[in-house]
Amino acid sequence: MSVLTVEGLTVEYVTGDRPVRACDDVSFELRRGEILGVAGESGSGKSTLITALTRLQRPPAVTTAGRIEFHGTDLVGLAPDQLRKLRWTSLAIVLQSAMDALNPVMRVGAQFVDVLRTHDKTLNSKAAWARAAELLGMVGISADRVRAYPHELSGGMRQRASIALALACGPELVVMDEPTTAVDVVMQRQILAQVLRLRKELGFAVVFVTHDLSLLLELADRIAIMYGGRIVEIGTAESLYTKPRHPYTRGLRDSFPPLRSELRTLTGIPGSPPDLRDPPPGCAFHPRCPDRFDGCDQQRPGLVTIEDHAVACRLYPSGDDQS
Amino acid sequence: MSQPVLEARAVSKHFAAGRSTVRAVEDATLALLPGRIVALVGESGSGKTTLARLLARFYAPTSGEIRLHGEAVQGKPREYYRAVQLIFQDPFGSLNPLHRVRYNLERAVKLHHAVRSKADLDEKVVELIERVSLAESYLDKFPHELSGGQRQRVVIARALAVEPKVLLGDEPISMLDVSIRLEMLNLLERLRAEDGLALLYITHDIASARYLCDDIVVMYAGRMVEGGPKEDVIADPLHPYTQLLIDSSPDPERGDRNNLFDAEDLGEPPSLIDPPSGCRFHPRCPVAMDICRTQAPPRTELTDGRWTHCWLQEKK
Repeated sequence: MSVLTVEGLTVEYVTGDRPVRACDDVSFELRRGEILGVAGESGSGKSTLITALTRLQRPPAVTTAGRIEFHGTDLVGLAPDQLRKLRWTSLAIVLQSAMDALNPVMRVGAQFVDVLRTHDKTLNSKAAWARAAELLGMVGISADRVRAYPHELSGGMRQRASIALALACGPELVVMDEPTTAVDVVMQRQILAQVLRLRKELGFAVVFVTHDLSLLLELADRIAIMYGGRIVEIGTAESLYTKPRHPYTRGLRDSFPPLRSELRTLTGIPGSPPDLRDPPPGCAFHPRCPDRFDGCDQQRPGLVTIEDHAVACRLYPSGDDQS
Repeated sequence: MSQPVLEARAVSKHFAAGRSTVRAVEDATLALLPGRIVALVGESGSGKTTLARLLARFYAPTSGEIRLHGEAVQGKPREYYRAVQLIFQDPFGSLNPLHRVRYNLERAVKLHHAVRSKADLDEKVVELIERVSLAESYLDKFPHELSGGQRQRVVIARALAVEPKVLLGDEPISMLDVSIRLEMLNLLERLRAEDGLALLYITHDIASARYLCDDIVVMYAGRMVEGGPKEDVIADPLHPYTQLLIDSSPDPERGDRNNLFDAEDLGEPPSLIDPPSGCRFHPRCPVAMDICRTQAPPRTELTDGRWTHCWLQEKK
């Protein structure tokens, strides 16, 4: 059963003489309790996707087309007061930099109490503080830190606190925007271990956005690869790793040198990611693609489902090419 | 074996922070040889950037000495910078944005070499930009017109302008897009092969260290904990911290996903203002013994160029 269904989501930044399309016809489905990884480089549209999903986008970003179906309602165009009812209780977000996500002049516990009591009017202050301590305990922060200010916690603890805060009202869906890029690998692994454990206990689904495909290959159930504002491939982590079909996915996978297997010279992907203000015609990847052929610079392929995953590349003809 | 170009011998660096002292690097010893790449691996706060800056003579060490071609260095002589160049992490902040690439490169050439004519200078600058695989046309662009990868190439070209013997790269790829990182590593590898440069590659990513380097040195909380040929260190780490770092690194080949995130909660790296007594890793070490809490482990030399600071190896 799906928690979230995104269809044809298109987001444009309306500035200057022509709009910049940062998310272009993005569609995917998220199942209950699933971790969907979204991988992409700078300018791939992954951050735009997050702000659109959580309806946190601000002008000049405008959702120009598509639906985000969550709980049987379309989040696009939902009134702010309706949206507020869903926030935290159903839909929560963990931001990239916990340093900026927590209020520096409020005790950590007070920020939990704020959220808890806003969403449950019957909760008294004492019970809310107790719940705050419990939530912090869930991510391995001892209860006596509930009265600490954010600056009194280390970076790793702040990041964990912000994860606990997102989980405060038992959401079904947590969107995580590079939640561990500011912490070290050892801490990253400890935090992700906690996220996986909590997901098992609480059953929430996760959209996990990062540029680190090697991490997603281990963490996510399914992965969507974004390039130039579009999903170019989506499939299970395993099939994407063992059988990547899109040349970009393959190039990205081979951009991470192995930790153990035999070393060979890797080339990464020559060239640079596209500038969305002036995207290449046809497939956005064609200027860097090792497998391009006649027509890739004119026709833009749509997603085609092959076995357990979907790919948007003219190597896999479908007949529904869009020009 | 050839003589080291650049060496750090038992260097320490302490910074004053109000009334307390931050012990950023303690007793670090490192040698860089011509044509060899050493990777310095560690988490943030491990002291790896401070050590690079000591080697670049950004700072003078609190104790210990830096030796260039076997001679202890005093002060900040220009000859030193002619031999040792540092590449910063952030290519967006390390080029003068008001000037074209040409100017950024010319300045380094003029400061360090006697150029006789404009033609001489032009020739030199074109040669530099070509060495980092950028077309000549990039010389007349401004830094903001370049992508991150292109900027980092210009930064490397500028470092090469002085014809250095040693390049110190402080996380030179971590701010670049994933798909272009390898090209940068391949460029560094080519420079090592072509010029016999001695290279120090500082990173938190042990997989990229393995890709590029010959030897790995691991730092933790300001101290070196282990070093040796890369494959030995990764396949059979001697220090429990190295083991932890490798186990924590993303590795899609690992297969078994379930155990993988069974990571124990080991707490955080220590404060360098008041570091733990004895071995600085002991509060997080799964196999800490009594002696680890009181005495810092000495350097134990093992076979095949490996060494570690761990009481487990000392006891054997």
